[in-house]
Order: sequence, then C-alpha cells, then structure tokens
Amino acid sequence: MIVVFVETTAGDDGDVLAGPSRQALTLARSLDDDVVAVAVDDGEVDLDEVAEDAGRYGAVQLHGAWHDLLDRYGPESWAAALDGLVEELAPGVVLAAGTERGGEVLAHVAARRDLPLVANVTHAEADDAGWRLQRVRWGGSLFEHTRLEAERVLLTVQPHAVDAVEVVDPAAAELVEHDVELDDVVARTRVVEEVVTSTGVSLATAPVVVGGGRGVGSAEGFADLERLAGLLGGAVGCSRVATNNGWRPHRDQVGQTGTAIAPTIYIACGISGAIQHWAGAKSAKHVLAINTDAEANMVARADWAVVGDLHQVVPALVAAIEAR
Amino acid sequence: MRVLACIKRVPIPGAKIPLTDDGTAVDDERLGHTVSPHEECAVEEAVRLVEAHGGTSTVLTVGPPDAEEQLRAAVSTGVDQAVLVPTDGADWDPQRTAAAVVAAIGELEQADGPFDLVLFGNESADAGGFQVGIRVAVALGRPMVQGIKEVEVDGDTVRVSRPTGTTSEVYELPLPACLGVREGLNLPRYPTMRGRLVSRKATIAEVTVDGPAGGQSLVALESPPEQEVETEVLGSGPEAIERVISVLEDLKVLT
Amino acid sequence: MSDFPARTDVVVIGAGIVGNCLVGHLSRLGWTDIVQVDKGPLPNPGGSTGHASNFIFPVDHGKEIATLTLESQRQYEELGVQVSPGGIEVARTEERMEELRRRMTSAKAWGVEAELLTPAQVKELVPYIEEDVILGGFHSPTTSVVDSLRAGTLLRDEARDAGHLQVFPNTEVLDVETEPVDHGLPRVTAVVTDRGRIEADHVVVACGVWSPRIAEMAGATIPLTPAVHQMADVGPIEILQETGTEIAFPIVRDMDTFMYERQAAGSMEVGSYAHRPIFHHPDEIPSNDEAALTPTEMPFTMEDFDDQLEDALELMPSILETAEIRYAINGLLSLTPDGGPLLGETVEVANLWSAAAVWIKEGPGVGQLLAEWMTHGHPHLADPHGTDIARFYDHERSERHVLERCAEHFNKTYGIVHPREQWATDRDMNVSPFHPREVDHGAVFFDARGWERPQWYEGNADLVDRHHVEDREVEWDRRWWSPIINAEHLHLREKVAMVDLTAFQQFDVSGPGVVDYVETMFVNKCDQPVGSSIYTPVLAPNGGFRSDLTVLRLADDTFRIITGAFDGARDAHWFRKHLPRDGSVTFTDVTSATCTIGVWGPDAPALVGKVCEADLSAEAFPYASVQQTRIEGIPVTMFRISYVGDTGWEITTATEHGLRLWDTLAAAGEEFDVRPVGIGVYGTTGRLEKGYRLMGAELESEYTPVEAGLARRKVKAHDFIGKEPYLAAREEDPVAILCTLTMDDHVDAQGRTRYPTGGSEPILTLDGDRIVDARGRVSIVTSAGSGPSVGAYLLMAYLPPEHAVNGTKLQVMYMNELFPVTVAEAGSTPLFDPDNTRLKG
Repeated sequence: MIVVFVETTAGDDGDVLAGPSRQALTLARSLDDDVVAVAVDDGEVDLDEVAEDAGRYGAVQLHGAWHDLLDRYGPESWAAALDGLVEELAPGVVLAAGTERGGEVLAHVAARRDLPLVANVTHAEADDAGWRLQRVRWGGSLFEHTRLEAERVLLTVQPHAVDAVEVVDPAAAELVEHDVELDDVVARTRVVEEVVTSTGVSLATAPVVVGGGRGVGSAEGFADLERLAGLLGGAVGCSRVATNNGWRPHRDQVGQTGTAIAPTIYIACGISGAIQHWAGAKSAKHVLAINTDAEANMVARADWAVVGDLHQVVPALVAAIEAR
Repeated sequence: MRVLACIKRVPIPGAKIPLTDDGTAVDDERLGHTVSPHEECAVEEAVRLVEAHGGTSTVLTVGPPDAEEQLRAAVSTGVDQAVLVPTDGADWDPQRTAAAVVAAIGELEQADGPFDLVLFGNESADAGGFQVGIRVAVALGRPMVQGIKEVEVDGDTVRVSRPTGTTSEVYELPLPACLGVREGLNLPRYPTMRGRLVSRKATIAEVTVDGPAGGQSLVALESPPEQEVETEVLGSGPEAIERVISVLEDLKVLT
Repeated sequence: MSDFPARTDVVVIGAGIVGNCLVGHLSRLGWTDIVQVDKGPLPNPGGSTGHASNFIFPVDHGKEIATLTLESQRQYEELGVQVSPGGIEVARTEERMEELRRRMTSAKAWGVEAELLTPAQVKELVPYIEEDVILGGFHSPTTSVVDSLRAGTLLRDEARDAGHLQVFPNTEVLDVETEPVDHGLPRVTAVVTDRGRIEADHVVVACGVWSPRIAEMAGATIPLTPAVHQMADVGPIEILQETGTEIAFPIVRDMDTFMYERQAAGSMEVGSYAHRPIFHHPDEIPSNDEAALTPTEMPFTMEDFDDQLEDALELMPSILETAEIRYAINGLLSLTPDGGPLLGETVEVANLWSAAAVWIKEGPGVGQLLAEWMTHGHPHLADPHGTDIARFYDHERSERHVLERCAEHFNKTYGIVHPREQWATDRDMNVSPFHPREVDHGAVFFDARGWERPQWYEGNADLVDRHHVEDREVEWDRRWWSPIINAEHLHLREKVAMVDLTAFQQFDVSGPGVVDYVETMFVNKCDQPVGSSIYTPVLAPNGGFRSDLTVLRLADDTFRIITGAFDGARDAHWFRKHLPRDGSVTFTDVTSATCTIGVWGPDAPALVGKVCEADLSAEAFPYASVQQTRIEGIPVTMFRISYVGDTGWEITTATEHGLRLWDTLAAAGEEFDVRPVGIGVYGTTGRLEKGYRLMGAELESEYTPVEAGLARRKVKAHDFIGKEPYLAAREEDPVAILCTLTMDDHVDAQGRTRYPTGGSEPILTLDGDRIVDARGRVSIVTSAGSGPSVGAYLLMAYLPPEHAVNGTKLQVMYMNELFPVTVAEAGSTPLFDPDNTRLKG
C-alpha cells in the first residue's frame, strides 16, 4: 500500500486536490495499485468532493483526519495526524507533494520516526535491493540518483516533474473518516492568523507570468509589466537582480530560492536567464523572451523571442491589447 | 538572547554544474563557495536579533575544514561566535547531519546555556533535502516552522510569518524555537572591510560529533539533458507585436 | 545572424579590446572581408576586457608602451568613451618619491602633463586620503577612465557598417588548420568552429588568456600565462555617492603597497598586485557555461587579500572602515615572461598572428599597430622590437620559463624597476664554453634573453685603484653597475682584454640563390670577395631600421650573418620568412656550434701573434677582413674588427674547442696582463666613445640610416627591402641627426653627483622646453654611459638640425632635475680616436 498525503484546494466545481497532489497520486499509481490518500479535515473542506477527485487520480480510499486542532494548518499537528494514520494503515511507502506544506509535514513525520526522507523525487522504482530514486538537486539543475533502504519509504514528489493523469473509468475513492488523537503540545505551531498580502493572482499558480530583470532598470520600469500582467490575468515576477536592487519585493522573485512558477506562458522581459532564475521558471509551459541581446541565455531557452528594448516592446504590446 | 544560525558551505556554480569524473559529486575545485541565500538571511537575522535584544549570535556548520571560510564570512558580518563540526569531507545525509547538529547544540548549550532561537535555511542550495532543521527541532523537542520571511521576538514568544501565494500565515512560537527561513526575510549585509579583518583573527571553535548514517546513499549525479529549444524570433522591437498577440491567442491566455 | 561563411581574408579570433580594435583598424586600412569570432556572447564575451578596471595612467618609462598608450587615449577620446578624472601615484617611502621624480622625467619626455604634490596637496584632490601615511604624490591630470566594451562595440559596428566585417559570437574555435609550404614555414589555412569551417588567408589570435591554447591548435606558441589580479568593489561610500557620477575623484595608486583605489560610482574599486602570484593554465579556465560570473572572473580568494585590506584601510580609513565588500574577484589577465605584449606573426606558422597580452591602456594603439603590420609588412605607429612575439627564443617559450619569470615580475607591476634591472629566476639557460673560467674570475652575469654574459669581473677589482676610478655616489646610479667596468675599459685601452662574444647569433645562409637573397635583405652591397665583411643596416619596408648587423662572406655561396643576442630571434624570423620559396637558399643557425672571443687592445696583435699561424700584419690581415686559420692547432675564424675602438680580432671556433681557445689566449696573454672584461666595456663605454649605434636604442624603425649617420655615399643597384623610402630619405635634408653629447655638470640640487642611466631622459633646450623634430619625434637619451678614455659622461640622442651642431648647449632632465650638456659630435665621428688609427692597428 502507498499512502499519499494530499492537499486540497477550492476548484470551480467544488473542492479538489491541489495539482501537485494529483501528480503525486499519479506517481504512486505507477508503483502500486493500492493507493490510499490521506487528507486533513479542517472542517471547511468537503471531503466527499475531494474523494471524487482523488478517485479520478487513482486513490481507492481517502482517509480524512479530524481533530479540533486541525482546523488551521500547523506542521506539528498535521504531521501528528498523518503519522497516526500511517501507523494505523502501515503502508510501505508514504508520498507527499514537494510543496511547502507537503514537504514540511512529511519531514516532521520522518523526524518523529527517524525515518529517511527523500525530497523532490522525479522517478522511483523498487527492486530486491531496495529503492532506486531520481531526485533533483540545485533546484533542478542536477539530477541525483540515489538508493534508499528503509522500513518505510518516505518521499516527496517534485512538483511538475510528473504529469497528472486521470485513470480510465474513475470511481470516487472510498471516504474513511478518522478522529485522530493529538497531544496538546502540537498547538504551538498552528497558524494564528492569515493575512491577505496580495489581491492579485498568486505567482506560483498564475497562468501568465510577466517577469522583469536587469533590463527593466528601475522600480518604475515595472509599471508597464504590471499593466501587461493585468491585461492577461497574470502576475508579475522578477529576477534576483530586481529584488537586490529594491525594485520589487522578494515575494515576486522567481528562482531557486524564490517562487517556482508553472504558467502557460512566461514572458521574460530583460532577463538574462541565470541558472538560479531558470530553476524557478523551467516549469513554464512556454517562454517568450523580450531582450535587446539576441544571444542572452533566456532567449536561447525561449520558444519565442522579440529582440528589442522592453521599454518599447511592452508598452506597444499593452497598447495593442487595449486597442482590441 | 542567544541565537544560532546553521549554515552549509556550497559551491557557486554557473549555468552548467561541473561534475567529478566518477559523477558522484560536483567538481568544485575551480568554483567559489558560499552558503545559500536562505542561510545568509539566517545569519543576518541572528545578528539583527542580537543587535536589537542583546546577547550572542553563533554560527555553526557541519562541513569540511574549508567551511571555515563561510564561518569567517559570517563573523565578518557581525556574528559573535563560529563553530565548525568537521566532517570527513563527504556530504553527510540529512539524518546524520541532523544528529551531528543536535549533538553539537547539546555541547554548546551545556557550556553556555540554551539557544533561544535556532535558525536554518529553508533548504540547502545544493542537496535541497528540506528536513535537517525539522529533524533537529523534533529531536530537541522545540517548535519549528519552515518558510519564514518575517521574525519578531516579543518576550518569550517569536511571531513569524510565511507567505503562501496571496496570503501570509502568522505563527506564534514559544521560545526556545527553531525556524527555517527564506531569502527575503531581510537584506543581508555584506562584510565590511573592518569586519573582515576582525573575522580573520576570530577563533573557530571545533566540536567533534557525529551521528549514524541514514538509509539514503547517493549513486550518481547527472546533468539534465539539454533541452534543445528552437527559438523563433518573432521580430525586432514593436514590429513584432502582431505576432506576439497571435501567440498569446493561440495559447488562449488572450481571448 | 548571417550564415557562417566558408572563406574570408582574415579571421580574428576574440572580441575583447584587442580583437575589436584590430577589426576596426583593418577595416580602416582597406581590409574588406573580415570575420571575427568569439566563444562568448557580446558585448562582453567573458575575457579580461569585461572585468578590466579601465583606467589609463599615461606615463610609462618605456617609449614603445608610452607611444601606444598615448595613441590609445587619443582614440578612446575620439570614440567618445573616455573621461579624465586624473590620477595620483602616492609614495609612502623616500625611494618611491625618487621614483616619482623619475616619473616626472618620463612625463616630460612624452609631453604628458604632470606635477609632484605634497601630502596636503594630495588631500585637496582626494579628501578621504590619510595624508600622514604618504610623503607625496605624482599627479597626472590626463589619467583617464574608458569604456573598453563600448569602444569595442563602436569599432566593430564601424567595420560592420562599412560592409567589411561579419561577427559571430558564441562561436567556439575547435581547430586552426595549417598546410606545409615547400622551403618555408607552414601556413595557416582555415579555422574550424562549432558553426563550421572557414578558410582564411590570415588568422589572428586575439584571445587574451586563452591565446596559448588557440595558437597550439596550429602548432604555434604564445608564451603567456593567465594570472590573477585581485579586485574588490567596496561601498557604499557617501562622498563618492554624492558625486552622482561614475568617477569624479582622481584614481589613487598606492604604489608602495602595489594597490589602487578607483571610484566606481558610489563605491570604491580596490585592486591589488601585491598578493602571491596566482597562475592558472588556460585549460583550467571554466567555460562561459560553467563560470559563476564570467570565465575570467574567478572565485575571490579572500585570504590572499587580507594584508592588502589593511594597507587600504591605512590609506583611506575614513571611508573604507565601514565600506562593505560587495563584489570581489580573482580577475584573470595575461602575463608574459618579460612583461611586454605579444604582437606580430608567430614564428612557427606563416600568416598566423598574435595579438595577446595587451592591457586596456594599449588596446586601440595595438589594434592600429597590428593592422599596419598586417597591411604593410611592418608597423608605422611604433617600433615593435619590445612587443614582437618573435623576440622570444625557443628556450623562452617553455611553460616553466613563462611561470618563473611571471612569478618574478608580477609583484613588480607597480614596482620600481631599474633600467638595468636583472632577472633572478630561470638563469643559466645559455652559457658559453668559457663560463667556468668566467666564474673563476668573479664574473657578474647579465642576462641577454637567456644568454649569460659577464657584465664585469670582480676579479678585476684591482684595476679600480690602478686606474683611479671613482664609484658613483647615489645608489640608484650605481645599481647594476660597477666602477670595475670603467677600470676594465682603461685596461683594454692600455693593454689588452678578452671579451666573451658567444651570445651573438650566427646564421649561415648558403645556396645558389644566396647572393640575390643577401642583396635583397641588406642595404649595403654584400657581393664582395670571399673574406670580406659588410656592416649593414637591415631596413623595414618603411625605410626605418629593422636591424643592423655584420655579414661575412665565408665562401662564394655562403654568408654568415652575425647579430646581437637581444634581437637575434626576431632577426632569425625575418630572415627565414624572406627565404626564396624555390629552395635556392638554406638558412642554418650555427650559434650553438660556435663560440667567440674578442681580443682587443694595443697588445692584441702581440698576444694573438704568439699563438696564431696567420700573418697578422695590417697588410696581410687588413681591418674588416676575415680569415680561417689556427691558433695552436685550434681551427678558428678570425675577423679583424672592433666595436670597442682598439685593434684586435673576433676569434670564433667550434663550441667544443672553446675552453681550449680561452686557455690558450689567456696563457699567451699572461705577459701582457690580459684580462677578461665584460659587456659593460663592450656594449657601453667602448661603444659610446666610438659613437657606435645599438639596435633597439639608437636604431629603430622610426629612424632612417640617414638620420643615424649610417648612410653610405653610394646606393647599390640591386633592389633591397626599404630601398625606395631609403632613396627618398637620402634626397631630403634630415630632420634629426644622431648626436653624442657630453654632460657638463653632474651635481644635483642636493650637491650629489648624478649619472643618468639612459632610460629615455628628455633632452631640453636651455629654456627647459622639449625638443621635437619636424616629424614629431622627441629628443631623448637613447644610450648613456661613461667615456673613461675621453674623460666625459656620454649621452646619445637624436636632435633636430638646429640643435645638432657641435658645441650647442642643451640640458638633460634626470630624476626631475636639469643638468647641462653639450653636443660633442653631431654625426657618427667617434669622440675617441676620431680617425680610427688605433682601431685599424
């Protein structure tokens, strides 16, 4: 049995699995037919709806964990809940998506049991000698082939490394609710408050990202990029140069140590394309580079390029879209 | 207060990361070294907290003797004490590293009292295991949250927040606590010239501890295949706009 | 980007400052099909140009580099990429203050504005300097900062817009192909790149630190090593930020700590040449892909910089204490064994050119010089004897030699280098067979491109008292000098002396076409009877000096060319390059097979007569003739000639007989008190008294035989290289005449007796004005030294005709002080023994 810790999100037609969780389920299916999903019941989520989606991605059961302390996220409380269910279900493998929460919760589980945890796996297979895994290092600039021997295998799945694939003839996963027991101490790391920081589109999930780098030249220079992103329903991102120069807040930084993006199209304006930046942008499905230098790395990696000054190209593009 | 920042020496690669001939490690002979941007922020935060609240800042690394360079760099930005946990040169797995850090913290705390805060980078720049800090916190029985970009110490608690797309989650942890911090928490200072000269003469404490190896063993590293992209140049300057728009329409991001 | 072409006239490999300036100048000189490639992106392909500090201090002691630097500043200005904040070299020691006074002298020579400042005056210009640390400063207001990348872009664009140039960045050279040439050097044919193969008539290696690797693909050597120069950008600094500009304050060179501090907008760039020499092999430099910054911005090694930090803090504590180290690199630059650039055609492969080891300050000038060279066969801008890559002998091209010499001179980048400075490393490479005897007699050896030559012998110290020779008062004047030289000189004039001349290069040319060949190469008529000698200029195509040397006719079809050690390798390349392609002349370097002793002095005929089989009378063995004979059984070639002014012979034998020859002559000379004497006598005191000219000093391609006083009355009928301009020069009145001057008073302001070293000191009018001839050439001291037998200190200099009159009173500047001099001889008549009675015996 493989247990997959899943995260949920509100979709257009009700609550569904988050994208990376679907990818984790897809990977799990390639390893074992007996795939069981575990989700935290925070009292808000409709687990029936989630079970349907989990079934679509091959989970035969969805186990919901319920406890008063689980209403808000907390790494220790959520990990304790997952840990309890894993002990009960006793799977050979536990997977989570390599997201902020997925990675954090599974690391806590691993730490509690002193089990090895392999993060950001892109490929896994088992043989008699144990597990052969491929994972990413350096934000994806290197692959690591690693062997793992463990009584229980804990892995997080690198987001966007596996395409989420629905099963043929899906059936909703069987929903199994659990009241879990938690030690009060786990309450110390629960979220006490959630503050809205941006009314726009989240960079990590935006369908269009308009990125700016050294070529933008100033904080004011981003105004045109903002307008373009607004017109396309997207978010503005930036390279490290832009944050270091104080042109953009750090939360806009795309890269290995910033946000990983996966938009339909990444419009990179005046970005040379350093490897650390590319590490965060490589999951973009398409790239359009606007750059004065036709030989820039970003241009070489792009599907399409406009050679020219972004300060001329972007306003012209904005004007053309507005004129439609 | 006493604040500890844990760092890891890593090479500074370019666009292509060179590997050793046997493919099991990054060939860093010709590369410079640093710590990850997350850890630079951890060090900076330690210095700032001590500047604001008094006390001592300490930096610790588990690494080869050459990691002294990174410890001194931290001292040159204002850290008070530097501790090296020497390895055999090999890159230890997360469990072994965490065990060593726990043991080292034990020794340091026995000598000088407990750390109020132990700061980690969210993940190392090279291995990216996302777990050493959590393992240390769990072993020490202290609260721990990852992904932190704001830290505010108030008496016995630390109020921290981490961004999640369009919102920010706020946590209040009782001290002593551990945090995994992210780049953007602060803007780390560069070493000053005077600071560098101070760090040159600083004493690096050594704590020799070790832990058992975990179950993970590295077989080989591999550069991802070069993605050969055929770039289509849509044009030069604003004349390319029409074709850009048709690309956006084809992708259905513009309707 | 256009398709990669299959053929072109010239491929320039490298788009750094040199490659860019070269393509611009080639285009201007009429090259219409140029292809430039670089493995990196544009405008910064990642070589040394990309991280250069880009400042130019215009004053250099050497004429060639000063010329290239000043011309480069002019071109940067013309391109609009230059600002001139000025620069100050500060001194922390009295020795450095003296060097700054020498700098003032060189500034005067090249007409560069300069002044000496007190510490307080330095502080007025650089308010953040700690004036207690310094003794003074040398201020050159025209010190400039240039945008070298922009300059390159402009020059490339100019050539491209003219339709002469195609540029291919991100194009890596994989091979440079050559083909064998009958009776000649292999010739370059094509460059293979990852974009395709391109055939070319000429290929230029302008790849900076990668040049050795590219040249090696064609089988050629470019002797340089990539070396680290550490640089840290520290800031922010308020007083600099307030200027709101890239650079407003003068650049400070802290000469005694080998450092500089240069404003870079709101921060300070601190650079150092003080750290240990750090070399990298060209193959070890990371690729553009692998480099964290660019390939030549290597990881900073802080521990090498710590001491320099302290020095910098001492000089500018108020601003540097709290400055943050924001960017720091081990920047790579190119170092060569003798510190000079590597320009010109490689000696191994025809039409393969080197344009390497060039600093930003010389880039445009070098681009022009090399373009002229490629176009006209010889440059016009400056004589290239100090930059020609052919100057290196084979033994100077090894990695070991390159590393040892570069390690030695790296820390002299800001050092005080004496004009007679000697190398300490990799010595004893070439020694003559007489070496053990010379060592026994206490020889002090000077290095002549690897050849060890006794400069004087401590074993002759007794002669100093005998001839009442005085030592020099000031240490600088007597550094790399000894009063023994003057004593040896007087001994030679009085008795007889032996001089080791083995370092001279001897080439035999022979074959059915040899007469035609030598007549083409040399100015003076060589088709003389067997046994004749011909002293002759060798001209560059522009009619200036390429060399001067002696040719002996050994047989009907064989001539021996004897030339100096310093220019021997260049000359060999010149002669080889011009060999006829039909194989009718063969060139053999017989230097290693031979050794030579000069025996000169009033007693020379008696001494040699004791042991020589030949009739040595002036009738049987006239001056300037050559005979094959024996000395106590040893086969020798005897040449009755003298460069020192007293009669005697250059006696050459096979290397294996050398020691026996030495011992034979020494034994025979015992009764005459024969002494071995050094090159100090041969090259300086004896030569100057006789007014003999020296290649590389008086003789260079800027000057013609007419101006040097070496034109014969008649010109031979046969055509020769440089004939047309030579004929033209003869038709005109010369605008400069080489003169010998005497120093009238040696006493400086402190009452010390001074002796100029002959390091390009300017000759000035009594009003203290520079003397510039009608062609813009400045009058400077080309050679200086004692004339013990004429009782004067002698200087040589070219002077315009109005000053080139015997008895004219002028001044020489030395260490920023003026000393009176008199024109003793305007022309080539010797001061000593003017009618050559002693010489001809």
